[in-house]
Amino acid sequence: MNRTSIRKALAPSVAVLALSITLTACGAGNETTDSGSDDSSSAETGTLTGELNGAGASSQEKAMEAWSVGFQGLNPDVTLNYNPLGSGDGRTQFIEGGTLFAGTDSAFDDEEGELTAANERCGTDIIQVPSYVSPIAVMFNLEGVDSLQLDAATIAGIFDGKITSWDDPAIADLNPDADLPATDISPVHRQDDSGTTENFTDYLSQASDGAWPHEPDGLWPVKGGLAAEGTSGVVAAVTNGNGTIGYADASQVGELSVVDVKVGEEYVAPTAEAAAKVVAVSPPVEGATETDMAVEVDRTTTEAGAYPVILLSYLVACQTYETQEDADLVKAFMEYVVSDEGQAAAAENAGSAPLDAETATRAQDIVSAIAAG
Amino acid sequence: MSTTLKPAPVSVASIPLTHGHLPRGAEILVGVVAAAAAGLFPLLLGWGLVAWVIVSVILFIVGLTVWSAIVETRRSATDRMVTALVWTAFGIALVPLVSLLWTVVSKGVPAINSTFLSYSAFRTSLDQPIGIYHAIVGTLVITLCAVVISVPIGIFAAIYLVEYGKGNRLARGITFLVDVMTGIPSIVAGLFAFSMFTAFFGAGYRAGIGGAVALSLLMIPIVVRSTEEMLRLVPDDLREAAYALGTPKWRTITKVVLRTSLGGIITGVTLATARIIGETAPLLLIAGLTTRTNVNPFEGFMTTLPVFIYSQFQKGTAADFELAWGTALVLVIIVLLLNIVARVIGKIFAPKTGR
Amino acid sequence: MATLAGVFIFLTIEGVPGFFQEEQFYKGAGNFWGYVDHLLFGTVLAATIALIVAVPLAFGIALVVSHYAPKWIAGPVAYVIDLLAAVPSVVFGLWGINLFAPKMVPIYDWLNAHLGWLPFFEGPVNPVGTTILTAGLVLAIMILPIITAISREVFTQTPVLHEEAALALGATRWEMIRLAVFPYAKSGMVSAVMLGLGRALGETMAVAMVLSGGGGISFNLIASSNPTSIAANIASQYKENTPGTLHVLIATGLVLFLVTFLVNFAARWIVAGNDRKMAR
Repeated sequence: MNRTSIRKALAPSVAVLALSITLTACGAGNETTDSGSDDSSSAETGTLTGELNGAGASSQEKAMEAWSVGFQGLNPDVTLNYNPLGSGDGRTQFIEGGTLFAGTDSAFDDEEGELTAANERCGTDIIQVPSYVSPIAVMFNLEGVDSLQLDAATIAGIFDGKITSWDDPAIADLNPDADLPATDISPVHRQDDSGTTENFTDYLSQASDGAWPHEPDGLWPVKGGLAAEGTSGVVAAVTNGNGTIGYADASQVGELSVVDVKVGEEYVAPTAEAAAKVVAVSPPVEGATETDMAVEVDRTTTEAGAYPVILLSYLVACQTYETQEDADLVKAFMEYVVSDEGQAAAAENAGSAPLDAETATRAQDIVSAIAAG
Repeated sequence: MSTTLKPAPVSVASIPLTHGHLPRGAEILVGVVAAAAAGLFPLLLGWGLVAWVIVSVILFIVGLTVWSAIVETRRSATDRMVTALVWTAFGIALVPLVSLLWTVVSKGVPAINSTFLSYSAFRTSLDQPIGIYHAIVGTLVITLCAVVISVPIGIFAAIYLVEYGKGNRLARGITFLVDVMTGIPSIVAGLFAFSMFTAFFGAGYRAGIGGAVALSLLMIPIVVRSTEEMLRLVPDDLREAAYALGTPKWRTITKVVLRTSLGGIITGVTLATARIIGETAPLLLIAGLTTRTNVNPFEGFMTTLPVFIYSQFQKGTAADFELAWGTALVLVIIVLLLNIVARVIGKIFAPKTGR
Repeated sequence: MATLAGVFIFLTIEGVPGFFQEEQFYKGAGNFWGYVDHLLFGTVLAATIALIVAVPLAFGIALVVSHYAPKWIAGPVAYVIDLLAAVPSVVFGLWGINLFAPKMVPIYDWLNAHLGWLPFFEGPVNPVGTTILTAGLVLAIMILPIITAISREVFTQTPVLHEEAALALGATRWEMIRLAVFPYAKSGMVSAVMLGLGRALGETMAVAMVLSGGGGISFNLIASSNPTSIAANIASQYKENTPGTLHVLIATGLVLFLVTFLVNFAARWIVAGNDRKMAR
């Protein structure tokens, strides 16, 4: 008698159980073929096995997809898991030892003691290498206009709400050929705390000669205005409106028109090559150690063909790991990421800029020293 | 009550046994007239289709009520008005619901094929196809664990509240916690589970069971609250009848109270399951995101369908979006199946009543 | 239950330092109250809009399913509505921002033109429709299934004898529902609304994606800048959290708990006032 009541209570769970049993009876179609290759382990594939777990910035996720697939292609018995929780959690979990590597949009620093904590976790100075360089496009949606040239001060004026109409003289002067309507400008910004916003506001505050009165911050500093969640939210908001302008990772702007930004005397479009040039000329951050490649991005560069509105994202790892297995996995993975092959895969899949030769060589040297200790 | 049942005043000369009735098909007639009358506005003022529909509905409700008030009694007029209003509410609500479901179905169907359902996202080269098999397995395992944890706790807590602890301090404490927890943001539940599991099992511990615990926190309040209401609705006559026959309390509860309210309890549990099966944030935190299939909830990363959807949207290309919509459709279908199974089981055990 | 208590204790421990953080963590607001007040306002406003819209509709649907519609309509419709409870909030968010919000823009223009003298519709109109009114409506759609399903169950639980007795006395269908069904179902209806409210208050992703947040306290429902909600703010800021901001975010979560509790307490108090005089 009592049995029926228990069964009743568990009715839905029984349903789930039944379903899961039928499903788990057979493995995933593609994975079974992989385990078959175990028996005839060919010479070309690597011998590494195990799980490599990392977490961090979601901006790197598309590139990480390329890297994990490429890395698993080299070592089919490895599973690489990257948890796109955001840079903040990526750093926290790395410090706490929950992950073997981290991806972060803002380099580890000691503003809240995170760098010291990370060094403590590793026992030595951490490794911090640039892995993902991507131009941030300023994109707009304005009927009848599909190309626009702006300088930093004008962009700052638009996003600060000082320039409110598309036919404002400040814009018209820079675009003598464009037929600008009197539509109101609706600037769209990210409402979430993000590396994209931090890099964009950093550019505005450095390059606009004081037209941007706010400090660089991951959280949009101007009160009010149109806000949207995430890159896809900003893209959707700009697409759905008229007279809207916003900023987002260049690989995700889709069909929208993008602004050519004034650098020196030229106007430069957001391309991967232009973005990579900026990283090459940027100086390292103050007090960076031998293994820390964090740079202070030079937003005011006048280098020909450079595009200074970029997002620079890092991969963080330790120099030494407790077990040989961990050290081998991290080393192999990091080597792959900064290799030409890895950077090319990310460029193809995520539209990012491959590291320039000099940076890549230095990064190679640093990561190849990872060892068990 | 007596006032509302007072007969309508009639003249003494001819005492009819029934009052006037609107002719058959009156609703249709009024509807056509209202639609036609409202149709004038778009023609004259250039309004859109939406405005036309809205005006027709308003005209229909007003017209039917007034006509009924003239021919029939005031009470029938109220009845007709409420009927029309209720159906209107129904219609209004269906528009966004259908639009949403249609979006999911129409965008999701192109993505679904046998590879999509039977492959995991693990691949060794970018041109290989990927599927969501690993996420289906992960969703089922984690949801099963969450249901196993929360349903007994939830139902027993509700039984305690209704049958045993009427108004005592423990019952008040439980009520307080349940009330407060109904509005818990899911990510906070995830943070709690994350802190708890990493504190006990080490900083690198990620497993499906942690996700299940986080989901239980979201699920228990819904189960308790809905079960509590359903148990309250069981008439005391039934309990008293059982006691009068000398049935012990626990048997009264299992054989009479639970059985009577079974349909409602199952609805509550199904709803709660549906609510948590679509959660993203807590799972991303503690269960992680992986590309391989994992059936062991106690060890290793485990992906669920909503987490997979979220990660696809983050990647942001058109192909990723298509996979995400397909996954959303699969999730809805899974819930549909669970719903049907739960209802069938509920029917088998439910007492035979007039309904 | 111990876990629920555990969560509560955990949050209190983690959250209380959030009330007294250094100024930099409040993102320019100065102190905790300055940081949380507009979030609190946004939460309550969005949830209120959602409830005002969803509750009558949900009871309407529940009545149609339980008492008005013939069985062949009622069954499938009940299924469809239950299904909606399972649509992940990310999908609600995407649907909201890509399909629903743009569709609302002409309506907002109309409201602004004709009812602009009301503070609610003052404008200027948000050009993409991502307003707090849109967010409230999306929330309304999200909580509709919960309220509908539970009230439907309690409506069907009304003893058939009560209903037949009312009809036999000559009551019209509406009078039967008003006099027999509603009193019996009252407590359950309130619980259904409370569960719906809980979801509306705690919803993160859908609100974050649909709403153009970051504004201050304003009753203007159709503007570009809106107060965001506590839960959405946690989701937005969580990604780049540092230990300092995390405490602040959890503290805002505690404030949300307080709101949930107060509302539930008020509801229970109202129900207890005239509970089960007729039901039992």
